[in-house]
Amino acid sequence: MENPFNHDSPPADAPLLNVQVDGVWMQFPRGLNAVEVARRAQKFIPHYCYHPKLSISGNCRMCLIELGMPKVDHDRKPILGADGKAEISWMPKPQIGCATLIAEGMGIRTTSPVVEECRKGVMEFLLINHPLDCPICDQAGECKLQEYSVQYGNEGSRFTDDKVKKPKRVDIGERIVLDDERCIMCSRCIRFSKEMVHDDVLGFIDRGSHTTLAVHPGKRLDNNYSLNTVDICPVGALTSKDFRFQMRVWFLKETKSICTGCATGCNTIVGSRENLVYRLTPRGNEAVNSEWMCDQGRLGFHYIHSPERLTEPMAVAAAPPGGGSVPEKSYVPWSELIPQLAAKLKALRPEQIAIIASGRLTNEEAFLLSEIRRTLGGEDVLCDIVPREGEADGILRSADLNPNTRGVELFGLSQGGKTLGQIRHGVDTGRIEALLVLHENLVEEAGWPLSSIQRVKLLVVQSLLQTATTELADFVLPGASFAEKRGSMINGAGRLQRLNKAIAVPGHAMDDWQILLQLKSALGGGNGLHTIEEVFKAMAEATPILAGLSLSKIGDLGLQLQFSSSTPITRPQPSPHATV
Amino acid sequence: MSTNRVVDPATQTIPPEQAYPVGSPDHDHLAPPLPVGFEEQADELISHYPVSKRSATLPLLHLWQETFGYISDDGIEWIGHKLGLQPINILELVTFYPMFRQHPAGKIQIRVCRTLSCAMAGSYDLCNHFRQKCGTTENEVHGLEISPDGKYSVEFVECIASCGTAPVIMINDDFHENVTIKRADELLEKYR
Repeated sequence: MENPFNHDSPPADAPLLNVQVDGVWMQFPRGLNAVEVARRAQKFIPHYCYHPKLSISGNCRMCLIELGMPKVDHDRKPILGADGKAEISWMPKPQIGCATLIAEGMGIRTTSPVVEECRKGVMEFLLINHPLDCPICDQAGECKLQEYSVQYGNEGSRFTDDKVKKPKRVDIGERIVLDDERCIMCSRCIRFSKEMVHDDVLGFIDRGSHTTLAVHPGKRLDNNYSLNTVDICPVGALTSKDFRFQMRVWFLKETKSICTGCATGCNTIVGSRENLVYRLTPRGNEAVNSEWMCDQGRLGFHYIHSPERLTEPMAVAAAPPGGGSVPEKSYVPWSELIPQLAAKLKALRPEQIAIIASGRLTNEEAFLLSEIRRTLGGEDVLCDIVPREGEADGILRSADLNPNTRGVELFGLSQGGKTLGQIRHGVDTGRIEALLVLHENLVEEAGWPLSSIQRVKLLVVQSLLQTATTELADFVLPGASFAEKRGSMINGAGRLQRLNKAIAVPGHAMDDWQILLQLKSALGGGNGLHTIEEVFKAMAEATPILAGLSLSKIGDLGLQLQFSSSTPITRPQPSPHATV
Repeated sequence: MSTNRVVDPATQTIPPEQAYPVGSPDHDHLAPPLPVGFEEQADELISHYPVSKRSATLPLLHLWQETFGYISDDGIEWIGHKLGLQPINILELVTFYPMFRQHPAGKIQIRVCRTLSCAMAGSYDLCNHFRQKCGTTENEVHGLEISPDGKYSVEFVECIASCGTAPVIMINDDFHENVTIKRADELLEKYR
């Protein structure tokens, strides 16, 4: 992900400069501003409008600091103090930290009576026209105005006049509602729309004491990255229609995960409470998505709480002798269903079985599935995934809409969709009698006619939602969604990343790796694997590129795998100064 | 007790057109035919700013307002397109400067100075007098008042640089000094 600005990461070869931060001399690379220098010195300069990935506008004035340069004598030589270091001549007036690039010998003070007084003053001004409707504001709890009020503000206001009234609840986009009274005019959203997405629809009209953030009449903030403006809005002015009034943010449990909407694998935080997911927000990772994610990925989680969700393992009872009506499926406990299924599969020859895997499986699931395939007959059991093609947008979205195509390829389960025709031919001719379908909908997504699917004698479908395919299945295995499981995936650029479990699986549904592990044990006997960590370890032992890795070694930011050069890489390599 | 779901007006969103009453309300969204030579004039103005075309925004807005009397939505679109900018960039300027109008002004434009000398010499009374005489009603955020027949518009302006002869006014492009109420009536007769 290329950001137009990276104020927080200067080039790796930038020379180091000596800077005094609150009386301590330290070295920092040239190109950093005072806010970033303070951050690296474990200090914090509060700010609203400054964002490391956007241009600097310097309008909120919250990052005021004291600034000084070395004192020089008549020959322009620095005057040294008793400690041998340059003495600093402090400027009489405060400066904004965000627009101050450091220079050799510069001194900054992030805490001093002047700085504290400045912050108090700025806070008082910002709150003059603010509606203070925190009790009903969605931002409450993660609002910079609230936080800095507590840390740097005054206990009261001297303002006695009427507050300026501005538009409220303005529907400025498909997914966004704007409250102009809460806006502190930091212009982050304007700069984001213009610089990151090149969709310059936001602006300030009526500048002055009635400055109002607005979309141009007749235009909308509808681009696929619009919800990032809600994230970077330091206050509650821009709110997400999807999350608005749904949950107080402090009740949300935050689980680090990744987005499974496409092969980019943006790093996310899953916000959940009591087994319900309320929102996904991007999590910073310079090697993948920087600080952003697309709206499609962000809102594409609601299916996990769909009423169509499968929660019970089901199987069709044996057909009554002599034909008759098609028997109904009924609930069968896992402990009975898995052995039944294994027995039916064991009775078949390898070429009578085919597997439709999915680019949505985790590596662990793909590994277990490949083991099952080996037990059933290896290469003779045809196997492929359903490819999903989208359109890459040059920002974050990948043309591959399967999150783990590369992982599934690694375990030989994918032919890129080329074998699908062969499998269907096998089904149509009656050669293939059993079909294992994992998280794919043959009717709606692979485009198979019902008549083909009806020919399958043993249709096993592992799925999340009730679909036309599960309707026809003989065995229905309800699995887990991305928010309900742990595991790893490999994104389009070859980065190994982790999913974490945010909520429990509903009803009698089961984690997919457990279903596959039980089936594998029932088919080929136990193998001492019990936890996802053990599955990963077994997988890493069997797969050279994962050698020596474990789930915990992947870390929150993932690991770049070194595929050989012949392996196609669908995304450009991350920039050299990205965190690995 | 009714079981009907009540829609709380507090959570109802409003469309932007309602939130920001800018732009011409009865605008027919048809581009006016540009007068002969208008585009050449615009190009000439743009040629003054070889480094950044964007700098030509203000001259073009002035040109548009002088030509058409006010800056319509079409004007904003046209200028934006001409300079390779988005319309919001132009709207930001139009709503910032009080001299730019988004509605037609009256045929006879009366501007009354309200800066210190004129204010002390009675320009508020004078302005009210004009408003009453012309029957204007408030129309715009920047205080342009217009009579229902569109003949007169009255607005306050800041200092027009003749503090020694306060109160001063401008009617169209003519400058008038020491305007008393009596003088105002005479002027209205003259500009009838």
